[in-house]
This record gives sequence, structure tokens and C-alpha cells, in this order.
Amino acid sequence: MFKPNIKFGLALAVSAALLSACSSDHEEQKSTIVAGIDTNPFPSTYKVIDSAPFIITNVTILDGIGGKIEDGEILIQDGVIKEVGSSVSSVSDAIEIDGEGKWLTPGIIDNHSHLGVYPSPSTHSHSDGNEMTGPVTAEVWAEHSIWPQDPGFQRALAGGVTSLQILPGSANLFGGRSVTVKNVPNRTMQDMKFPGAPYGIKMACGENPKRVYGQKGGPMTRMANVAGYRSAWIDAQGYQKDWADYQADLDAGVSATPPKRDLNLETLAGVLNGEILVHMHCYRADEMTVMMDVMKEFDYKIGTFHHAVEAYKIGDKLAENGVCSAMWADWWGFKMEAYDGIKENVAMVHAAKACAIVHSDSDLGIQRLNQEAAKAWADGKRAGIDISQADAWTWLSANPAKSLGIFDKTGSLEEGKNADVVLWSTDPFSTYAQAEKVFIDGAMVYDRSKPESWPVSDFELGQVAEGDAK
Amino acid sequence: MSLFKKVSIVSCMALGLGMSASSFAEKIAIVGGKVHTVSAAGVIEEGTVLINEGRIQQVIEGTDVPSGYREIDARGKVVTPGFIGAYTSLGLEEVSMSAGVVDARTNEHPVSSVGAALDVQYAVNNDSTLIPITRIEGFTSAATALSHTGQLFQGQGAVISLATSFDSVMKPKAFMQIDVSNSGAEDNGGSRAAMWVAIHTIFEEVTFAQSYSLNPSEDWEGISSMADAKALIPVLKGEVPLLMKADRAADIAQILKLKQQYSDLNIVLVHGLEAWRLADELAAQKIPVIVNPEYNLPGGFDQLGATLENAARLHKAGVKVVIGMDTHNIRLATQHTGNAVANGLPHSAGIAALSINIAEIFGLDNEIGSLEPGKVADVVIWSGDPLEVTQTAVNVIIQGEEVEMTSRQTKLRDRYLKRDESVPVSYTRP
Repeated sequence: MFKPNIKFGLALAVSAALLSACSSDHEEQKSTIVAGIDTNPFPSTYKVIDSAPFIITNVTILDGIGGKIEDGEILIQDGVIKEVGSSVSSVSDAIEIDGEGKWLTPGIIDNHSHLGVYPSPSTHSHSDGNEMTGPVTAEVWAEHSIWPQDPGFQRALAGGVTSLQILPGSANLFGGRSVTVKNVPNRTMQDMKFPGAPYGIKMACGENPKRVYGQKGGPMTRMANVAGYRSAWIDAQGYQKDWADYQADLDAGVSATPPKRDLNLETLAGVLNGEILVHMHCYRADEMTVMMDVMKEFDYKIGTFHHAVEAYKIGDKLAENGVCSAMWADWWGFKMEAYDGIKENVAMVHAAKACAIVHSDSDLGIQRLNQEAAKAWADGKRAGIDISQADAWTWLSANPAKSLGIFDKTGSLEEGKNADVVLWSTDPFSTYAQAEKVFIDGAMVYDRSKPESWPVSDFELGQVAEGDAK
Repeated sequence: MSLFKKVSIVSCMALGLGMSASSFAEKIAIVGGKVHTVSAAGVIEEGTVLINEGRIQQVIEGTDVPSGYREIDARGKVVTPGFIGAYTSLGLEEVSMSAGVVDARTNEHPVSSVGAALDVQYAVNNDSTLIPITRIEGFTSAATALSHTGQLFQGQGAVISLATSFDSVMKPKAFMQIDVSNSGAEDNGGSRAAMWVAIHTIFEEVTFAQSYSLNPSEDWEGISSMADAKALIPVLKGEVPLLMKADRAADIAQILKLKQQYSDLNIVLVHGLEAWRLADELAAQKIPVIVNPEYNLPGGFDQLGATLENAARLHKAGVKVVIGMDTHNIRLATQHTGNAVANGLPHSAGIAALSINIAEIFGLDNEIGSLEPGKVADVVIWSGDPLEVTQTAVNVIIQGEEVEMTSRQTKLRDRYLKRDESVPVSYTRP
């Protein structure tokens, strides 16, 4: 059972107004009104697919939080993980799957995707991922750009991805709100929206903002990037105060006029209030360090640096500040700020006791994130960083779940969590491993052995090779 | 046949030049590995590769090494020919964006009206950090070419060695490139209706030019420049392979028609996302295909049939499959191949797709691409199956010389792994 917990309300919302809905039947999320403002105007309509219980036996289990069980068993029922261990209770109507030779893991969570906002086919008319009209566009929400018919969702599912964060692009200092979805594409974005997941904000360091705006009024330098973040936070603080004053007046029974709403500042104030999580595209070690100082100056929290190609240079600082790094295994060199990429980045960040995440930022990479983690794990091992496979899987499960604020719901094989689970044909650290069965909230949403059951997007219906082995 | 001979003589000369700087007299025995010879000898479960004078002397079963060889223990490991980057811009591109001149991309210049004359042999930077970064992962040579010209042709590519050298070009003018996919059409009249007329017109011009003296005193009013026409003559004769990029089945069908009309053409299909739909026809015409087997999304309306089984289906129909399209991460071609194998390509075909098949399409199969006596000693010892993402190259031998397994990336790693907190970081020299 999951608990839709609507606490990503408007920043200005004073704590009393937060609603914590508790429901046993995965009902639709409702709007929440705070200080006269609907804080959840696009509520999730995601529905768990009804399913019989499953019991998988005799399987090697990586639990996603560092544990490994040989010859283990799992019971999935009512959308959640009921039991996991060396043996589980028998349930009369359960479908039993023999996991001999196979491996079981939590579903992969990709905390950096542009599926739906930069979909396939990549036509200009579908290119909705980046509002490159000004460096500060915190008012835009990626969810309003998502095309749920992107065939990339089905491909990612075949790679074992059960949840993903869809972000705006990185041209802007503040690119707008991200959204986290369950990888069960349906008619609308709301049908996919992860119930109760907090919003994120996309921010960006470095080359992209200066390249895009250098000839369009700035920023044209990294120093102007930093001035831009700081100016925006100052504006957000003012906005935060205006609304706090208004709320205080209301609380005191004084009649007051509400301040004018500003969507940009509403999102920024939400960050300062800790209700919107910061996902910051940042490659260089020195820039990440500057950003952690800005974070302290304005008393907000950077949840995760994305790409973080030079995170290995400052593992100690990242650990000290509790900031995650979401990284590729081996991408490098496509621009100057990616020139110092090394293959041991993920393992070195992990070894520094900082939070390491393997992300994709790619409609191809998202299909084999297990291989990306495997490469990073093996490269670390060769460099003398001995990490267990079970710990390495946290890069794909617990850590991205924490980065997205959904670890209380998914990201590990623990009793009571969403049954987001992948059964692999073999050790998923092998190139030859394939996701055989993928479960989301306890329903088998992908079965490699049954091609007729594979999901097909509207776009691919009636086209060449509809339903082919993708 | 005489054609291939000519090409390989040229390549031997070029190679000789490239190798003259290095000493390759060392006799090396790679002992006891599982040897993928990628030749008629197949896979030898426990074999020994003997190297002398920079060439492979012999591949023998067992571990009995004649005296006089330095032995490298490969027991429990896997030995393959050095892999070849099939389709890269290695040596032409250091940092792709906003970082100065990138020789893999050209601007318009009066020497070439249609892009055919452009020639990367002059642009290869042997000191590029990409070269050590790539070779320590088991790639010992590569085809390198322009990635974009905005013109009809993307110029003439070269095959380069990844040894340390001042002249790494093994084979200049190794191939000509043309893009007839959506992107080619976009750059050339905005439609295939313009692009293909241009192609046919240019081929007619070049046919004419074969019997014409192409020198500056002559009048030449082709849509191709005189330099372009000169570059295209050996292509039309089939002496230089023509790499044609296309995805859509209808575009591939046009390529097959072109081959019917100009039967000497030595065509290699590149990208080929829907090539599996014409696999039998491609096999019949002996047209090999260079693919990235991981491309399975419809990036455009000419890629709707993309599937992870492309490589396997092509191979099954008898098409020669080549894998490896990237530059900074061409080293990941082993992973790409592993994924093709996971989706039905036989493992042996995967190894061939990284080695001998590439040598064959560029006419270098007498020199590189397999472990056979007389070939250049480009040999790699792997910790295990090279197609497994957790395995890696452990020793790399190029032209009979063992290369140092370091790169700018390993140095960055080692600096920060062993950082001395008492001094600023720039004083640590790994």
C-alpha cells in the first residue's frame, strides 16, 4: 500500500495546511488548496493495474540497499512487496515463477530522462524539452511538455526501468520543474505521474547557459551564471516573505490582500522551503563547489548534481554536504566541461561515502542502465575500489529513489514498498542479461517471453515493424 | 582481383612508413590464452601467438614456446586481433563543441562543390588524447572520417593506426562517404527528389571525366568541382569503397538500383536501421553493413523499422556485419556488439564484426583483422570475453610493440585516487 502524500504544496504553504492523505485503494490524488492557491493542479490519475499475487522462488536477489540473498524468494501481492527472504508464505492464488539461474532486483530508477519532452521521432514539432527564451524559467513544468506516446517509454521498460524523472533541458540557469513518473505510459501524463512524488527543479551550471544566452543578453560567462542564481534567490526570498506576511495577517485575523502570484517565484520559493528538490546539471568540480557555497548562502539544499563528470575530484566535499551525484559510466569529451571524465568516477564517489547514482540522459542509455552500473563497478574494482554488486545496485535503486524523494515508496525490495521489480535472465552485470519480466506495483507490465503482450505506443501502431523485437 | 592486389600494395607501403619510427624486433609469445584467430583456424581454446619483426609469425595450439621469445602469460585470458574502429573521427576531433577547430567538420571551400575532394589524411592529429584512451581498450586501428560537411559527400576517409607515431595514416583515401538518409536529403535540396538527381548527375559527370584530362587548363563545368571528379573516379571503378549512409528501406532500395546501374561500385551501407528488411538483397549484392546494433528507436520517419535484432537478421541472411560507430567512445563498440549477441548475433560473428570484416571492407585484410601468420602483430589480451561489459583489455600490442596501458584518463584517476591532502593537487604527478 502506498500513501499518496501531498506535501509538495506551494512553498509558502504553512505546515498546517499540508494534507497527508492515506488511502488503501490508490485513489486519485486530490487538489490541495493552500492560502487560496491550488498546490496540485495537475493531480496524478495513475492507477495500479490489478494483478494476481506472484511468488518468485529460487532466485538470486539484490535488494537495492546493499543486501544479497542467494536462493531467495519474494511474494508480491496487492501491488506491494509482501515478503522477501529465503522463504516466503504460500498464497493460494499466487502465480509461481521459478527463478532458477535468474536474478531479481528492484526496478531501475532513472533520475535523468527527457523521454516524452524530447521524444522519438525527434521532430521539431515534438522538441518541447527546453524553454530557451530566457535564462530563468522556473515557471515552466516539464509535465506540460510530455508526449506520452513516445516509444522510448516502452523501450526503457524492456530494460527494466520502472520509474523515471523527466527533466527540462539544461540551457537555462533555472530550467523549470521536473516530474517523476511510473513507467506505465497511458493516455496522459497524469496517468503516469508518480503519486506523491515531490517536484524537482532543473538548474544548470557552466557551458550551456553561457553558450545559449551569450549573444542573447547573457549570461555569457560563468560569473554571470552565478550572479543569475543569486539574484533569483534574492527575488524568491522577497516573494517568500510577502506570502508569509500575508499568511501571518490571515492567521491574526487581519484582512489582507494576497500578493500577486508569480509562477517563476512560486517554484523558487518552493525550493527555499525545501519542498521542491534541486537537480543541478553541473560537470566541473570547481563549479559544483561554488554551487554548494551558493546553497549555503541562501539556505537551500542541492539534492543532486547531474552528470557530475568531475565528482571524483571532490568526493569528500560532496559527502560532507550530502549532495548526490548522478553520473554516466564513461561519457566524456563532447565539450570542454566533459573533458576530464574518467571511468572510475562513480566508484570513486561511492568510495568517498558520497551518494552515487548512475543515470542515463539518453533514450538509448536508459535501456541498459544495468550495464552502465556494471561497467562502473568493474572499473572501480580494477582501480582497487572493492564494492559488492549488491552495493553497486544502490546506484540504480535506493540512491536515485532518495534523490527523487520517493524512497519511502520504491527503490528497494523491502516489505510494504511498491512492488517495482525486475527478473533478469542472469546476473544483470553481464552484457547478455535481459530483463525477462518487469513488475510495476505488482503487475507484470513486461514479459519478454510473450511478444504479443508487449506494449506498443499509438505512434508505432500501423507503422513499419509494429510490435517487433525492440 | 587485381584491384585488391593494388590496394594492398599501397597499404603495405603506407604501413611501412608508419612503422619505420618504431623498433619491432622483439620476439613475443602470448602464451596459453583462448585465441580467437578470426580465421579458418577458428577459436583455439589454449593457444600461443608468436610475434616476430612486428608481424604474427604463428599461432599454435598449446603452450610450448620456442626459445628466444619474451613470454606474456595469457592463461585464463582471451586473445583477439586488435579491434578496428569501423566508423570514427579519431584524430580529427578532440573536444566536440565550443572548443576550437574540429577537423571532422568542414565549411564550404571553393576546392569542393560537392564534398568528394575533401580528404582527412591531412587532418589526423597523432597526439590526440583519444588515441591512447581508445587503444588501451583493445582497439589498435580505426577508420576515420568527416562527420559533417553539409555537402552531398562527406569526403575521403583514412584508416589510421593507434600506435604512437608521427604518421599514423595506414591507408589514405581508404573510402568515400555519402549520406542519402533524411539528413543527407535535408542538406541537399531538402528532398530525395533533388539529392538523387544530383547523385546520378555527378556519376554521369565522373563517367565522362574518366576519359577526359582533368587539369586546370581544361574547361570543366560539372556540378562537382574538378577535384571532386578526380576523387570520384576510383570510386566509380570500385577501387575505393563508397560508404553510403541510409536507414529507410526505400533508400536502401535506391542504393541497390544504383549498384545495378554502376556495377563496379564497391558499396558499404552505413547506419542501415531498416537494412534487415532488405537483408537478402544486400547479401546477394555483397553489400556489407556498418551498424550500431543498439539503435532501436525511430529517431525520424526514415527509421521506423529500427530493431535490436538488425545485426542478427543481417548476419543470418549472409550479410557481412560491421559494428562500431562513435568517436570518443568507439571503445564501447565491444559493448554494442555484446548487445547484438544478446539479441541473436552469434558470438563469433560479433568478434568478426569488430575485426576481420572491417579490414575486408577497407581492403586491409592482408594486413590486419585476424591472427594469421604474416599479418601485422596487432594483438589484444583480454581479462575475459571482450564483449562482456565487466571485462577489459589487459595487454595491447600494436605492430609488435606492447603499448603502455596509460592515458590522460588513467592519470587523472591516479592523481585523485592517491591525492596527498597536504599539498595542492597539481603537485601530484601519477
